[in-house]
Amino acid sequence: MTITVFAFYLFALTAVAAGLMVVLSRNPVHSVLFLILTFFSAAGLFVLMGAEFVAMLLVIVYVGAVAVLFLFVVMMLDVDFAELKDGLAQYMPVGLLVGIILLMELGLVFGHWIIADGAPALRQAVAPMPEDTHNTVALGNLIYTKYIYLFQTSGLILLVAMIGAIVLTLRHRPDIKRQNVLEQMYRDPAKTMQLKDVKPGQGL
Amino acid sequence: MNDLLMEYLPILVFLGVAIGLGLVLLLAAVVVAVRNPDPEKISAYECGFNAFDDARMKFDVRFYLVSILFIIFDLEVAFLFPWAASFQYIGDLGFWSMMVFLGVLTIGFAYEWKKGALEWE
Repeated sequence: MTITVFAFYLFALTAVAAGLMVVLSRNPVHSVLFLILTFFSAAGLFVLMGAEFVAMLLVIVYVGAVAVLFLFVVMMLDVDFAELKDGLAQYMPVGLLVGIILLMELGLVFGHWIIADGAPALRQAVAPMPEDTHNTVALGNLIYTKYIYLFQTSGLILLVAMIGAIVLTLRHRPDIKRQNVLEQMYRDPAKTMQLKDVKPGQGL
Repeated sequence: MNDLLMEYLPILVFLGVAIGLGLVLLLAAVVVAVRNPDPEKISAYECGFNAFDDARMKFDVRFYLVSILFIIFDLEVAFLFPWAASFQYIGDLGFWSMMVFLGVLTIGFAYEWKKGALEWE
């Protein structure tokens, strides 16, 4: 067994086991931690396929940012998880039904999986072969020129996400004094301070 | 095994060593360490008081906002990597498409700055 095969089975088994634990673990925080392990294993699988950039992106974006966001959400949800579990028996039939339907649909898809005759040739025409160019360079050659509209759309989506997040969550508290640095710097002592000559024995 | 994976072999070795070392330390603690717990020792401890309440409490939503904004700029930087790597091949169109992309996100950045989303009150 070569090291590549060993690494594949290591990452694949870890991914599947950790994915199961995401669903099965009782503590939602543990679920998120197992999700991070799943992301790492998937990144390892991407490296084995030669997609270095996607693997690193998975680690940076999903592990570094999305998982942290999930942790925030899990911790912000101030719900009693024991109370949530009580409804399990009640919702079990519906959940099972949805699961079985999904499984059947997936089975149908994979049962009729056919690759069109011209598909590999078409794919090769679009993407440079990984042997010729470096992985990240190959991506860069396509994204910014050939797929320019999709690229600009992704920029607009990010803009919408930014504005949406601010509109939804930003609440300024009116009762809080905020620091205005410019105002502090331009404050003139002559206008804001008065010197009074106080006689002994008298108040102001 | 091709050259690309050969370059990643040290990481795999490192991963193995890290997992092995972690297991050895955990197992050593189980085998070697002296343990005779009593209820007082294993109870939750909070600066000499009994624990006040559950650790699970409502966070301020502003943490969430900061982390969403972080993700968005993280993705923006992720788009910059392949652009920089293939800069010499993509020509003027590639350059200006990235400038437009950055311009759009700069509008968003100016918006959140003016709204005061970056300030902590």
